[in-house]
Amino acid sequence: PTGPPAAATPRVPRVSKATGAGDTRDTALPFLAAYRTDEGQPWVLPVVRKVEQMIANDASLNHEYLPILGLPEFRANASRIALGDDSPAIKENRIGSVQSLGGTGALRIGAEFLRRWYNGNNNTATPVYISSPSWENHNSVFVDAGFKDIRTYHYWDAAKRGLDLHGLLDDMEKAPEFSIFILHACAHNPTGTDPTPDEWKQIAAVMKRRFLFPFFDSAYQGFASGSLDKDAWAVRYFVSEGFELFCAQSFSKNFGLYNERVGNLTVVGKDADNVQRVLSQMEKIVRTTWSNPPSQGARIVATTLASPQLFAEWKDNVKTMADRVLLMRSELRSRLESLGTPGTWNHITEQIGMFSFTGLNPKQVEYMIKEKHIYLMASGRINMCGLTTKNLDYVAKSIHEAVTKIQ
Amino acid sequence: MGPPDPILGVTEAFKRDTNSKKMNLGVGAYRDDNGKPYVLNCVRKAEAQIASKKMDKEYLPIAGLADFTRASAELALGENSEAFKSGRYVTVQGISGTGSLRIGANFLQRFFKSSRDVYLPKPSWGNHTPIFRDAGLQLQSYRYYDPKTCSLDFSGAMDDISKIPEKSIILLHACAHNPTGVDPRQEQWKELAAVVKKRNLLVYFDMAYQGFASGDINRDAWAVRHFIEQGINIVLAQSYAKNMGLYGERVGAFTVICSDAEEAKRVESQLKILIRPMYSNPPINGARIASLILNSPDLRKEWLVEVKSMADRIISMRTQLVSNLKKEGSSHNWQHITDQIGMFCFTGLKPEQVERLTKEFSIYMTKDGRISVAGVTSGNVGYLAHAIHQVTK
Repeated sequence: PTGPPAAATPRVPRVSKATGAGDTRDTALPFLAAYRTDEGQPWVLPVVRKVEQMIANDASLNHEYLPILGLPEFRANASRIALGDDSPAIKENRIGSVQSLGGTGALRIGAEFLRRWYNGNNNTATPVYISSPSWENHNSVFVDAGFKDIRTYHYWDAAKRGLDLHGLLDDMEKAPEFSIFILHACAHNPTGTDPTPDEWKQIAAVMKRRFLFPFFDSAYQGFASGSLDKDAWAVRYFVSEGFELFCAQSFSKNFGLYNERVGNLTVVGKDADNVQRVLSQMEKIVRTTWSNPPSQGARIVATTLASPQLFAEWKDNVKTMADRVLLMRSELRSRLESLGTPGTWNHITEQIGMFSFTGLNPKQVEYMIKEKHIYLMASGRINMCGLTTKNLDYVAKSIHEAVTKIQ
Repeated sequence: MGPPDPILGVTEAFKRDTNSKKMNLGVGAYRDDNGKPYVLNCVRKAEAQIASKKMDKEYLPIAGLADFTRASAELALGENSEAFKSGRYVTVQGISGTGSLRIGANFLQRFFKSSRDVYLPKPSWGNHTPIFRDAGLQLQSYRYYDPKTCSLDFSGAMDDISKIPEKSIILLHACAHNPTGVDPRQEQWKELAAVVKKRNLLVYFDMAYQGFASGDINRDAWAVRHFIEQGINIVLAQSYAKNMGLYGERVGAFTVICSDAEEAKRVESQLKILIRPMYSNPPINGARIASLILNSPDLRKEWLVEVKSMADRIISMRTQLVSNLKKEGSSHNWQHITDQIGMFCFTGLKPEQVERLTKEFSIYMTKDGRISVAGVTSGNVGYLAHAIHQVTK
């Protein structure tokens, strides 16, 4: 018996000490997004350490099973963070939550539900639209959930290094009614390019008119701009426009809880009855996937969100991370402009979140890797968290060299 | 609207009941003799050690914590296992038993093209069927439990298994069969291995109670190890929910025994491709605890003592239940209660009797008459015996 073939190993951007942007733990794993301090180190949020200690000292806690849908205090608070305290959907009791294993788990549960129940009871042929480019795992999630017709929608305009709004809206006009669209709530991965509020309004208008389903992926709330509310604007706008929607939330980055697998699928429905029925079907899906979710990470998040003081500390920690990334962006841009590096570099500060599409072409990227030992993806994507005050000069000079020497 | 989950739904109903004598014999979580959840001392110690190290929260690899998966394989296979020592296995961390079963089911659906059929014992854990079904496989069954004797229908099982189409998938409970508590004896396992080998079946072991069944980890893994020694390359799902009391931390593992280490590498790469679009990588907390326990001589020793004490309490409750039933004056043969092993006991009670137990005595169990012996204490075993006698006399 020869067994299965080996999976092709994706090109691994190992990260050099120069960028210090974290190590890959697994050679067959694409580079994972994780925050780094100015010393190039992982950062466990101080509020997380504090809450972990509280949990460790609480002798009344045990390791019993959580309910299938997760820790109730976590679910309610997590959805509240996404939708806002004064969300009409919360007030009208038409939201539901499924604690999930990270953002990935939330996406998968949502995808499995939609494939079964979205529009009729067999949606394998329902088109699912994913942005071009997008996080590479989006495609796999929906394929493995059983969708057969996965398409891309225009998103990144390489020529102008920004959002291809015209192409995006055109794709939405042409999409079959009831198609599912995966939208990045903020800090688009990998481009770092988000629609402006006005652009979101145009997107929402087309989606409403064509009955397109919004499935938000929200992995960076708070981490992008430093403001939870600002980063949730798009999701909340869609809710205010009366959409039913899913929002897959990750607490990996904004809580730094990567390996605890803390996520939440927020469901916004037409009414309470609908939401209850949706949740009952999601329970069945969860039961055959992981039965019930892990407790540790959810407890940390729930405890933090439920306490005004801890919540304030957390927001502060989140702002620390967001501010450092924003600083690195502005410092990199100003260096490139001082050096007179050919081209325009405002996209470095206009983009948001962990990643930036620098605009470097594959040859220039190769130069960066081979000659300067700075590791980027072939797409020109850089992880801003890898920049530090110590390597900014080197990185800026290297980009300058790459752009001037290689065309 | 989806129907309430039959197993976990029992607990919901129990919670709503206001009768002070109520008993929850539904979900399978261990309880101490005061009816309380039990956090193992070795777990507390491991947690304290982990907390003091102040480790970071970086993502685990897709396949999980390597120290954990290696120790988990060794626990199942035995340190002297040829398969373990030669490295002709792959073990990935899974989300407790369910997640591990599901990874395996998806893997077989994608790569085991010889058959779409999974043969489950009749009965089996209620969640087995939907797990395999959602993975895209079909369910069949083989005779297992004999309701007349409340024990193993060995000849029925052998008869059915000998007729299973070659290269089908057969699921076996390694120990402490859920829900019946009925396990084959070692001699019977030998015959099962022989017929399974003859039919060239793909063997899927579900081991959720290693150590928890007899109190001896090696004894509980005997069947798994015997099959491998007979040259059967099994696949295996393990759970640490019960034997380490790590229920909500979701600690488990899925193992594939391969022809050689090279095949194991290829299998691993494909397992990772299945896991990534499910949840990317597994949760660390429970795996770290389990790993520390398995890999630290002192903690491991302490764990073995604690898991034996849990098993011993279960065995003692079985004994007390039978003796109390006799005291109540029951004329039925309740020997199966002490013959069966593990968390669960198939009492032989019929649905109508179960319903009476719930309505009249606030005793909660699943409709098939399964009780979780872990929910029995020296304080309530008398009440339970009394109630059972009332509905069966």
